[in-house]
Amino acid sequence: MSTISRDEVAHIARLARLAVTEEELDVFAGQLDVILTSVQRVGEVAADEIPPTSHVVPLTNVLRPDEPGECLAPGDVLRSAPAAEQNRFRVPRILDEEA
Amino acid sequence: MQPITMTAAQIADAVAQGQISAREVAQAHFDQIASVDTELNAFLTLDTEGALAAADAIDSARADGEKLPALAGVPLALKDIIVTKDVETTAASKILKGWVPPYDATIVRKMRAAGIVVLGKTNLDEFAMGSSTENSAFGATRNPWDRTRTPGGSSGGSSAAVAGYEAPLAIGTDTGGSIRQPAAVTGIVGHKPTYGAVSRYGLIAFSSSLDQAGPFGRTVLDAALLHEAIAGHDPADSTSLTAPAPDVVAAAREGADADLTGLTVGVVTELGGAGYEAGVSAAVAATIAQLSNAGAKVVEISCPSFDYALGAYYLIAPSEASSNLAKFDAVRFGLRVGDNGVASLEEVMSQTRDAGFGAEVKRRIILGTYALSSGYYDAYYGQAQKVRTLISRDFSKAFEQCDVLVSPTSPTVAFPLGERVDDPMAMYAADLCTLPASLAGTPAISVPCGLSEGLPVGLQVMAPAFADDRCYRVAAAVETLTTAALGKPLLAHSTF
Amino acid sequence: MTVAHAPSYESAMSSYEPVIGLETHVELGTRTKMFCGCPTEFGAEPNTQICPVCLGLPGALPVANAAAIEATIRIGLALNCEIASWSRFARKNYFYPDMPKNFQTSQYDEPLCVNGYLDVVLDGETVRVEIERVHLEEDTGKSLHVGGSTGRIHGATHSLVDYNRAGIPLVEIVTKPVAGAGANAPQVAKAYVTELRDVIRALGVSDVRMEQGSMRCDVNTSLNRPGAQWGTRTETKNVNSLRSVERAVHSEIIRQAGLLDAGERIIQETRHFHEDTGQTTSGRSKEEATDYRYFPEPDLVPLAPDAAWVESLKATIPEPPSVRIRRLQEAWGLTDHEMSSIVNAGAVELITATVESGATVEAARKWWLGELARRANAQDVELEQLSITPAHVAELQALVDAGRINDKLARQALEGVLAGEGSPEQVVAARGLEVVSDSGALGAAVDAAIADNPDIAAKIRDGKLAAAGALVGAVMKSTKGQADAKTVRELILSKLS
Ligand SMILES: [Zn+2]
Repeated sequence: MSTISRDEVAHIARLARLAVTEEELDVFAGQLDVILTSVQRVGEVAADEIPPTSHVVPLTNVLRPDEPGECLAPGDVLRSAPAAEQNRFRVPRILDEEA
Repeated sequence: MQPITMTAAQIADAVAQGQISAREVAQAHFDQIASVDTELNAFLTLDTEGALAAADAIDSARADGEKLPALAGVPLALKDIIVTKDVETTAASKILKGWVPPYDATIVRKMRAAGIVVLGKTNLDEFAMGSSTENSAFGATRNPWDRTRTPGGSSGGSSAAVAGYEAPLAIGTDTGGSIRQPAAVTGIVGHKPTYGAVSRYGLIAFSSSLDQAGPFGRTVLDAALLHEAIAGHDPADSTSLTAPAPDVVAAAREGADADLTGLTVGVVTELGGAGYEAGVSAAVAATIAQLSNAGAKVVEISCPSFDYALGAYYLIAPSEASSNLAKFDAVRFGLRVGDNGVASLEEVMSQTRDAGFGAEVKRRIILGTYALSSGYYDAYYGQAQKVRTLISRDFSKAFEQCDVLVSPTSPTVAFPLGERVDDPMAMYAADLCTLPASLAGTPAISVPCGLSEGLPVGLQVMAPAFADDRCYRVAAAVETLTTAALGKPLLAHSTF
Repeated sequence: MTVAHAPSYESAMSSYEPVIGLETHVELGTRTKMFCGCPTEFGAEPNTQICPVCLGLPGALPVANAAAIEATIRIGLALNCEIASWSRFARKNYFYPDMPKNFQTSQYDEPLCVNGYLDVVLDGETVRVEIERVHLEEDTGKSLHVGGSTGRIHGATHSLVDYNRAGIPLVEIVTKPVAGAGANAPQVAKAYVTELRDVIRALGVSDVRMEQGSMRCDVNTSLNRPGAQWGTRTETKNVNSLRSVERAVHSEIIRQAGLLDAGERIIQETRHFHEDTGQTTSGRSKEEATDYRYFPEPDLVPLAPDAAWVESLKATIPEPPSVRIRRLQEAWGLTDHEMSSIVNAGAVELITATVESGATVEAARKWWLGELARRANAQDVELEQLSITPAHVAELQALVDAGRINDKLARQALEGVLAGEGSPEQVVAARGLEVVSDSGALGAAVDAAIADNPDIAAKIRDGKLAAAGALVGAVMKSTKGQADAKTVRELILSKLS
């Protein structure tokens, strides 16, 4: 049974901002199909009444007081930036207004 | 005694007593690295200057009559997924190449406080995704026992460095077995602490709900000493445990006498049998028999949901990874590809991520993105989290009947380089035994327990959450018993 | 798409019923950010309030700010919500350069507060707006779009990102759909946002300044034929003032009615409101809706507020503003109409504070609803945006009451205060506005006026008191208006009697 199509892989890759090549698509589609078929077994055992575990530590309400901490020195903020201008991170033109 | 063959405990003692200087120790290890690392490729970056300066500081503190911290002068190899201020940190990825972080991970600060001298950063599978260290963007690491084989992964640079006498201690990170499996296939000790016992602040996240940093050593006591130095509550990590850490060093010392009277050892039915190499099964069976001789009561225990651990893991870890790795976007740090003044940010981001990530990372990002996407969440991520609950319940039930659970650490000994790179499922199978403890957040250690056709085999000892000391106690007993059975420490059988 | 003919609002309302919904974001006024200790000062130099956590550097981890959690619970309590006993943060995954991690730490299916309501009064009638949820998330950075003609994203050659705002705690308050408001929908929307602002301000958890972006509103609007199913809704973003909330709903109703009249369908999309034109334009279509891939944030543990904690926070919730309005109305002895004009002008707090600073209710109303309202209107700003404080207004009135300035001078003093020249006292001193009350100087001025106008003086002596006005005028002229006319008149009459 095929669980994921080549088109689906292409769509997911766009969502994940990965400009995968045609060859990569072919390879990934085949491999992901094998992996997904194998991991689908998780559906066999996990019944409705079983609560999901998202955190294994028995902790709640871990909070910090509203007190200022240390900031980075301005030079450290931008020192690894691929491009910077006017103390800001410079990025190529943004296509769509998403936010 | 040669500094490079000394244990961490011996080095700390010798430095404290002035029998050897921290600089001599560091220099001896740099010499060893210079002579063997072109072959092993365990290190990605050496911080010779920083390490020697740290060693000199320890020597002058001693000269001034100051009391030295516990591990003063002990060299360490640090997996290059732990962030180090002013020292390049890459996660073995092209996308981070050249990144010089402006801050230190919490465990790096703790290790400096303990007097540990960090020699450099070790190789790994890119972003810790892999079981062979072949997924590094900067070349594979080789196993000191057999240079045609992998040192395991993802912390293979760290395991090879310790097994290859380049450092007595190393830090690894374990998400699904990335400390324990490399320890097993290189004949050293590696421990994955209880989730939350060691701060994750400054550990480049792969799968946040699973990642734990932990120690490698050539002896159980060394691993315990390093564990003690890095464990403890960190207010910068919301998932950091507040309960005091158990005394793992005392447990390692106590276990060395190999008297296990009153201890019940459970052997996990599901982690063995078909699919496990005969030599591995034989070495593990012999060790279990020795544990029984040493006074332990041995029982067989079934944990049926462990069969689903692989499926759950390969849904949860890639899902979290797809989100954690979104920050590598060519905006604030790291690689940028295709910025020609015309291309949009979206195109530059996508090209950068395609060029900067290796195949396994991309495979997992796509898998995880798919598993989290609407319409599939319940069937994949949601179900996988339920399996996590079931695995925890199996552990709880098992620990009502026994004090520790044991299994092989890995179904096979070190496998040849290149053997599994094109077969993801075969690669993933290397983690079969280590995944349950990762998913439950419980502690587990791998300790050398024998040889199979001249290659090391590891025994995994699993304990309930917070009871890391039990892992160390039983591992120390195994170490004593194995050394006796082999006539000398297992690592001494390496022809390296 | 064809351009549909825009009907009048009245004709739109004769054919359709609107359903609105509001999503309001409020930046909390905590000292530090949501998940790190960076300060939250508005207007700091770019990228100076930054640490590894809010820059999303590899390895950094979040720790939640206790004050932000408490502020959110208090907002929930003030909005009559149930406080969840178990709540988690979730990651909302999408790529955008002003979001350092390319996911926003937010809340999804387990928000802190649910199922509340807020009563708003419109023309004396109470409308209950139901609240679906109140949740906590982190704000994004800010982008500067360069190279385009308008500073907008469209046409820009590149953008510059500042992450100072990234990670500031942001509370999102989401209403349930509000149906049945009919033609009043725009006013209900405005009244709701106004009341919400007042509630939050009374809690002291945010400065709720829409013009600074610390309160931002998205307005959902749909139309349906009476009795029919609700229509497709649009989400109008960028609505940055109380007036704009009303205008945005109004213009979106007209736009949608025009399309429906022409037989076209409404596209579910994001639209942007433009303050200058009062119109909305199309943004991203939701048909290519981003798949946010929410999942529980593994780096943060669950929140489990226990009853004692919630009770202790409940004790800090102030009187609801609408209840307070009724109380103030009684205390001030005002009619419904008088009070609602204060409320509509957004002057309740200002007048309260002015009265607290010593002015009478009458005087406070006179200034805020009169001269100051006129100026705010002329500048197209809210009253509170004028650079004058209630204490200034009270001080100004005290100067008038003491006879040190007259009404005309008071307006000049006010102008000085608004121009940033200082307090009324300082402006009066600096501009030399004080009434000439020195009897010597005034007497001399009166004597001079009498001497200069012997004919008029004679008439007054003859008992034609009405002629005194001309002499008063002369004195006012020679003192450049800085005399109290009544005093001058009395002085003239006494000298000529
Ligand atoms: Zn910060």
